[in-house]
Order: sequence, then C-alpha cells, then structure tokens
Amino acid sequence: MSAPLPDTELEQLELDLFVQALKRRHGHDFSEYAPASLTRRVRQLVRDHRCNSISALTAQLLHEPDFVTQVVQGLSVPVSEMFRDPAVFRALREQVLPVLASYPQINIWQAGCAHGQEAYSLAILLEEEGLYERSHIFATDFNPDALQRAREGIYPAKDAQLWSRNYLEAGGSQSLASHYVARYDFIRLHDRLRRNITFAHHNLVADKVFCEAHLVLCRNVLIYFSNPLQNRTLKMFRDSLVRGGHLCLGLRETLDFAPVAVDFSAVDASLRLYRRSSQPASECHDEAS
Amino acid sequence: MKRPEAIAIGCSLGGFNALKLVLGALDPRLPQALLVCCHTAGKVDAVCESLARHSALPVIEAQERGLASGNTVHVAPGGYHLLLEHDRHFALSVDERVCFSRPSIDVLFGSAADAYHAALIGVVLTGANHDGANGLAQIRFRGGIAVVQTPTSAEAATMPQAALDTSGADYCLPLEQIAPLLNHLCLT
Repeated sequence: MSAPLPDTELEQLELDLFVQALKRRHGHDFSEYAPASLTRRVRQLVRDHRCNSISALTAQLLHEPDFVTQVVQGLSVPVSEMFRDPAVFRALREQVLPVLASYPQINIWQAGCAHGQEAYSLAILLEEEGLYERSHIFATDFNPDALQRAREGIYPAKDAQLWSRNYLEAGGSQSLASHYVARYDFIRLHDRLRRNITFAHHNLVADKVFCEAHLVLCRNVLIYFSNPLQNRTLKMFRDSLVRGGHLCLGLRETLDFAPVAVDFSAVDASLRLYRRSSQPASECHDEAS
Repeated sequence: MKRPEAIAIGCSLGGFNALKLVLGALDPRLPQALLVCCHTAGKVDAVCESLARHSALPVIEAQERGLASGNTVHVAPGGYHLLLEHDRHFALSVDERVCFSRPSIDVLFGSAADAYHAALIGVVLTGANHDGANGLAQIRFRGGIAVVQTPTSAEAATMPQAALDTSGADYCLPLEQIAPLLNHLCLT
C-alpha cells in the first residue's frame, strides 16, 4: 500500500479496460460491481502478482490462459463463519423452520456460499429440527475453487471455538462438536450433513433462476453490487421464491434503493429477514428485464 | 486550498474517550461529512448513542448505500469495512481484516481519498496498532490534509506514531487542539 498511487483518471481507464478484458476474454462480468471495493481488490491483485500497473495485470489476463483462475479468486470473498450473527440463525430456527415444516419438500437456495460455512450451518439447523430428510440445500457460488473447498467441509480447528459459541447462541441443542470430527489442526464436518446439499456453480450476475425455493439466504454478497445489479438479483430471488417464501440478507444490507423491495415484507427488519408478498406489487411497473 | 468536504477520523485503543473530546468541541455548523472508524468491539449503535450525548452534531451508524451527508457524524458499523464511492455514497465490505481490523481505518481513508481527493482531512488519534498509517499516506498523496494526535498526548501512542512515521502530517497536535483546528480549516 505504500507504493504511490497512479493518477486517478489513468487508473480509472486501466480499471475499465481490465473489466472489459475479464468480460470479453473470460466471460466474467464485474462491470456492475460497486467500484470502491472492486478497485481495492484489483489493486491488491496488482500487488500480489508484482505487476507494475493494472494494465500489466490485464496483459497477463489476456495472454496467460490459466491466470483468470487466480484473478477470480482474488475478486471473490470467501470470508465467512458458521452461524455468523447467531441471532439470525436463532430466528431461522424459531420463526422460519416452523413455516417450512408445512411443506412436504423444502428447497433452500444459499447464494454465494463461499467455503460452505453457512450451508452446513443450515444443514445442522434442519437436522436438529428433524426436517433435513425432506430438505435440499442448493449452495451456489461463482468461484470454482471456493466450491471445491465447500464440498470438502474441512476448516481450521482454531475457528471452531468461535463457531461453537455462535452455535450455542443460535439456540443449538447439542454441541457443535457432535457435527464434526477433529483431526490435527482441522475439523471435518460429518458426511451426513452433506447428503442433501448440492454445491453448484451459479453466477448471480449472469445466470438465471434454477429452482423454486422456500428460503433464499444471501448474506453479504449484494453489498458488492451496484444498485441496479442489487435490484436485478433481488428480482431473481423473488422469482425463485414461492409465495410467502423467506429471504435472508446480511445484517447491514439495505433494500432502500431497490424498487423490488415492495415485493417483500419484513418478518424481522433488524435481522434482515423478509418474506415474498403474495401479490407482486412491482410487476405493473416493471421493465421487461 | 480546496475547502474540505469531509473529515475522516480513525482511532482504536482509547478512541472512544478521544472521540468524545473531539466531537464535543466541534462547531455545530460544520457542513462537512464526518466519517469515523473506531475499532470497537460490539454494537456500534450504543457507541453512536453515547457519542451523540457529547456531540453537537448528530452521530449515526453509516448506512449501506446511504449518502455521506454533511453536518453529520457517520460511524463505521462493526464487522464491516466502510468505503466511500465516488458519488459520496457508502459501501460496505467483508473483505479480509486489515491490521487485524474490520472496519479498518486504512480502507476507509483509502477509499475516501479516492472519492474526495484534496477536499478531505484525515485525522489519526490514539490506538495500539498501525492501522490508518497507509490510509493517511493515501490522503496526503491525493492532496488532502493529514492531522495526527501527538503520540505523547495519546492514550496509546503506537497508532499516531505509525502514522507520523509512514505518512508524516500537516498538523501534529495534542488532542484538545484538534477540534479547534478542524473548525478553523472547515469554516474559514
């Protein structure tokens, strides 16, 4: 960070060209990401790969076929924890699961699953509430490497202490340790938690609705999107949800700038827990997209 | 000199008391947006509430996608980095910690420097790590003004000292002289 920053206008131009290259050469579209975080991450990539400029990074992206994997890695956020924000998981357990229990088959879409911590947290909730047998969790991410890590379900043992605390605060009835085996410095979640999770590649920017969901969980992903992309993604969630289906967002996310918010009503606004309204209000004003 | 549009303040250990003193002595007419990153454990709404009791300006938690409005103190929420977009709206991120911190002062200062350029004042107060030093350097690089609390007057000297070592400062003052300086720079 101590290296001097390039001239702002020049950097902006380089950044635009980088985003273009990533889109046209590799099909990854970051053009509607919120600029401040994207700029920060691209600068980080420049430093990590010891490039002199964003343009040098772009050249590598264009000419070295394998480099895109590292770029995508650098531009995605695999930071998460199990039962992060325990109050949210407590509300899911106490308020949402009893509603889901009325369906013969329960579909849950967890969008932006990173290393899988939240998908497994959901599986544990469902298992403990006796609903897992008839549930299916679709955990999706656009980062193939993160998905692979998620499938493995192996995490550093040092994280388990915080996660155990989260689990208990979220109303866990056993101990988190009953859901994993610890070996050396790692924990590995039990295979029975994996049985009804499908980890699949899905890009919120480019891909469409692929399932009918009773609950969509997408926490701290939309914070990286511009307002139009946030709204478009929320529309996709609305279209994926059954009438009355639940939507769970990150604790500091806001719907204030998303016109599609009228199609959701708050179950607990402070926990960012919503339900799709029975009557779509925004339909009549909607553009075709 | 370009009239400042915003003041970004970073602090850590001892920061709450320092903020009370600085915010309490600011002129209530300040038209600038104040952006505060304080490494606090726990809920920021309680911090905002108690700071508001000492401040003539309203103190609120910075809202995702919200406008960095003037004449208001916006405090970074816990667990998220707070960034400024060029259009003066806030963005949040859960990217990795910087200097073991999220929110990180470097992240706030860096993005604010990109957004406001020379129309920004960066202030580093008391703290026990190096966060803020690189961010302050970015503010200076973009032409903004750097203010650092004199390390000897700080509850924890590490943070202001690191800022001085890395970026230097346009003003290095004891805590009680910082608010009068900000009033002077922002109102005249």
